[in-house]
Amino acid sequence: MSDFTTIGFNERKVDGDSLVTGKPVFAGDLDLDHVLHLALLASPHAHAKIVSIDTSRAEALEGVELVLDHRNTPPTRYTTAGQGYPEPSPYDARMFDTTVRFVGDRVAVVAADTLEIAREACGLIDVEWELLPPVLSIDDSIAEGATIVHPEEDASGIFDAARNIAGAVEAVVGNVEAGFADSDIVVETTCETQYAQHVPLEPHIAQSWMDEHGRLVIYTSTQVPFHARRIVSRVLDIPVHRVRVIKPRLGGGFGVKQEILQEDVLGLVTLRTGRPARWEYSRKEEFVSSRTRHPMRVRVKVGATSDGMITALEMDAISNSGGYGTHGLTVLSNAGSKTLPMYNKAEHIKFSGKAVYTTMPVGGAYRGYGATQGCFPLETAIDEVAVRLGVDPLELRRRNHIRTGETSPLFEELGEGRKGVEMTISSCELGKCLDSGAELFGWEAKRSRPKDEGRVRRGIGLSIHMQGSGIPEVDMGAASIKMNDDGSINLHVGATDLGTGSDTILAQMAAEVLGLPLGKVIVLSSDTDLTPFDVGAYASSTTYVSGTAVVRAATDVKQQVLEVAAAMLGSPADGLMLGDERVTSPDGQSVTLAEINLRSLYGADQKQIAATASFVPSESPPPFMASFVEVEVDIVTGKVTLLDYVAAVDCGQAINPAMAEGQVEGALANGIGYALMEEMVFDGSGRVRNADMARYKLPGTLDLAPIKVILVESHDPTGPMGAKSVGEIGINGPIPSIANAIYDAIGIRLTETPFSPEKVWRAMRDAGIE
Amino acid sequence: MKIDLTVDGMAVTAEVDPGETLLPFLRRLGAASVKNGCDNGDCGACAVLVDGRAVNACLFFAAKAAGSEITTAEALAGADGLHPLQTASLDLGAVQCGFCTPGILMTALDLLAYNPDPTEEEVRHWLAANYCRCTGWVKPVEAVLAAASMLREQEAS
Repeated sequence: MSDFTTIGFNERKVDGDSLVTGKPVFAGDLDLDHVLHLALLASPHAHAKIVSIDTSRAEALEGVELVLDHRNTPPTRYTTAGQGYPEPSPYDARMFDTTVRFVGDRVAVVAADTLEIAREACGLIDVEWELLPPVLSIDDSIAEGATIVHPEEDASGIFDAARNIAGAVEAVVGNVEAGFADSDIVVETTCETQYAQHVPLEPHIAQSWMDEHGRLVIYTSTQVPFHARRIVSRVLDIPVHRVRVIKPRLGGGFGVKQEILQEDVLGLVTLRTGRPARWEYSRKEEFVSSRTRHPMRVRVKVGATSDGMITALEMDAISNSGGYGTHGLTVLSNAGSKTLPMYNKAEHIKFSGKAVYTTMPVGGAYRGYGATQGCFPLETAIDEVAVRLGVDPLELRRRNHIRTGETSPLFEELGEGRKGVEMTISSCELGKCLDSGAELFGWEAKRSRPKDEGRVRRGIGLSIHMQGSGIPEVDMGAASIKMNDDGSINLHVGATDLGTGSDTILAQMAAEVLGLPLGKVIVLSSDTDLTPFDVGAYASSTTYVSGTAVVRAATDVKQQVLEVAAAMLGSPADGLMLGDERVTSPDGQSVTLAEINLRSLYGADQKQIAATASFVPSESPPPFMASFVEVEVDIVTGKVTLLDYVAAVDCGQAINPAMAEGQVEGALANGIGYALMEEMVFDGSGRVRNADMARYKLPGTLDLAPIKVILVESHDPTGPMGAKSVGEIGINGPIPSIANAIYDAIGIRLTETPFSPEKVWRAMRDAGIE
Repeated sequence: MKIDLTVDGMAVTAEVDPGETLLPFLRRLGAASVKNGCDNGDCGACAVLVDGRAVNACLFFAAKAAGSEITTAEALAGADGLHPLQTASLDLGAVQCGFCTPGILMTALDLLAYNPDPTEEEVRHWLAANYCRCTGWVKPVEAVLAAASMLREQEAS
C-alpha cells in the first residue's frame, strides 16, 4: 500500500543481540561495590495497627546498616501509582504507616551487608500489634457498619472514606430506563473477576547510589521513570534535580511496574548511608507485596429491538481496590469507557461504578486496565441477545459495531476518572476483523455442525473489543534526535521499552522519515538526565503518542538536513528528495547524509542538526479486535481445553508486523491464563496461599492452543505512519470468547472467572448435566 | 569448599558456599544470563547445561557441579556469529523482554542435541519446562523449529 522502506517490515529488535547473548542489561545485572541489600518485613495481618515496634535487636546484628519503619521515615501521604500529575489516585499511602492494610504491606525494611543478614534482621524486629477487623471482600467493604479502611485525617483525594469508597464515577447518555422500556428484549448479567498477578519473569528490582556529584541515582526496572523521579522527589522531599532515574532493559511489566514500590526506600537508604543499595523482590514478595489486577463485580443490562439493534446499555461496576486506591478510579472508568462505545447505535447508556477499599492486596495497573473486567459481562450479554433473537452472534455484532467516521457520546462523557474528550473514530476496520477472523476460524462451518453429545463437547464463541491509544489531553511523549557526522542519529526517548519492542518501532519511524537503515539509529530509553520527558509505558500510549513525537522530531531534523543540502547543491530545499542516506536534487545531483553532517559540524554555517519534539494527543483512536475461540468441555471433569484461537486486529499500520503480532499473541496468552487458570487464592485471614509459580499456574506451551493473529489492513490518519497502539487489547478477548464458547458447548453461562475444571464441573452439576 | 569446573569453556576454581545452588554461584562468577525468575525450579529462566543436559540452576547444588562442564547462553554465539537458535529467535520475533530467553535457548539446545528434528508438539512438550509471559509461545516455538531446520542443513552440507 505504500513505498515505506522500513515501516511494515519485520526488523530485528534493536536490543535483540544483547538479549539473545545474555548480556548484563537488566537492573539486577549490575554489580555494585559495597552494596547494601534490602529485605522487607511484610505485614502478617490483613488489618492491624502497630502499637509499638522495637528494631534494637535487628540493629544490633552484625552487618545491619539501617532499619527503616514509620518512626524514621517521612509521613507524607502519596500514591504509589505512576500516573500523570496530579494523579487521579488518592493520596492514602505512606512510605511506612502505623496501620497495615493487607497481608504483605510494608512494616519495615532492613539494609544490611548481605541479603541473608537483612532477612535475619527482619526476623529480629518485634512488633506489638493491635488487630483490626479485616475487610476481605467487596461485600465486607460495602456492608452497613463496615470497618473503615482509611479513617486517617491526612489522606486526600478519597471519594468517601467513611463508606470505603476510594473513587466513584457516573456517566449518563439519554435515559436507560426509557430505553429498556422501549426494547423488545432485555438481557442482564453480573460477572465477577478474580485477583490475579502480572507475574513478569523478572520480579521488581532496583538499585541506587550517589553519583560523583552527590546526586541520587536510581537504576530501576520501571515503566515510569519520570513519574518515579517526581514521586521520589516529593516523598523524600529532595529537589527533582538531585534525582536521576535510569531504566535499563525490563524483564516484563504488564502494568505492575507502573508503581513506585522500591525506589523511595532505596533512595532514602542511599541518602542516609551514602552507600549503594539493592532491592530485589523474591517471587513470593512479587505475589504478596506488589500489585494485582482489580477484581470486579460488573452488572450489565442490554436492551435490543427484535431486529437485533442494541438500543440501551447499562453497566454498573464495583472494583476491589484493596488496601490502597492506586489506579482504582481509572481502572474502574475504563471498564465502561473501553467497552460500551463499541455499541454506539445505543442511544441510552449509563455507566456507574465505585472502587472500594478492602484489606486485601492492592490493585494496580494491569494490561487491559478495566476493559478486561468490563467486556466479560458485556460480551456475554450481547451473545445472549443474539441467542434469544436467533441471530448469529457474528451478525449481531456486524449490525451494531462502531464504524469509521462515527462517534459515541460516551467518549466525551467518560474519560479516565473524569470527563473524556469528544472523538470521531478516525479508523475502524472491525468489519474486516470479523470477516477475516471468521473465515480463518471457519465460523460458518463450525457453527453449522451438529452439537456434540458425548463426554467431550465442542463449542465456539466470539467477542469484539476495543482499547485506546494513550490518554487524550493527559499523556505526553517527547523525543530528541541529533545527527552525527556519519549520517547516523541518536534517538533519545522517554518512552519506556518494557520488552514490547518500542525502542525498535520508534527507531523504525525515525529511520523511515530520515531515509536511514535501522542500523544507523542509536536508541536510548529512558534516563531522566538524558532523554526528554515521557509519561512512560502504559495505557497503550507508546506507538501512538511517543511515536508521533518521534515522527515530529524526525521531520524537523529532515528539514534541517534539506536546508544544508540545499546550500551544498545550490538547489531549493523544497525540491530535494531524501532517501537511501542521501539527498538528491531534481537534476540528479546528490550529497550523502555523512557529507551533509560533516559540513554542518565542521564546514560552513556550522550547527548541530538536531530537534526535540513532543506530542499530546487530542484523541485516542482505539485499536479493535474480533476474537474467536473453539473449546472442548469434558463434562466428566469440567476441564476446558482450547482447540483453536483466532484474533483479527485493527491496529492501524503495523510498524513492525511480527512485533505487533507478538503483542497480541502474548496478551491473548495472558488473557487465556486469566480466563482458565490464574487466580490468587486466599485463606480466611487474607493471606495468599499460592504465592509461587507452581501453585499459581501460568499458561505454558501445552495450555495454549496455537494462537493465530491476523493484522487487518488499516490506516489511521491521525497516527504516526498510520499506526495505532496494540499493547493491551489482546488480553480482553479470552474471557468473553471462552465464556461464549463454553455456553455453546454445554449451554451454561459462567459468570465467574477463572473457568477452572472445578467451577465448570459444579456449574454442570447444578444444571443437571452429567 | 573449592571446586574445579568448566564454565563456558573456561577452567574455573571457585569457592562454593554450603547449600549454594548453581544460580547464585554462576551469577557470582559473572554469568549474568542465568536469570532468577522464581528461585524455585518453576520458571526455567535459569536453565543451563550441565555436561550437555539442561537443568534449572536454582535447583542444582553447585558443589555437585565439581568436575562438570557448564554451558550458559553466553557461550552460544561462536566466533562466526550467533547460533541458529539465536538467529531464528531474532528473525521470527521470538524475543520480547528477553528475560526468559537465555533459559529457553538452553532448554531448546538440549532438545536439539537429543532430537535434531522435533515436531511442533515435541518442541512444546520440551519447552513446558520454561515460562514466558510476553510472547504467547507462538514465535518461540516457530524459532526452535526454524533453528532445528537450519542446524540440519548445516549438518548436511
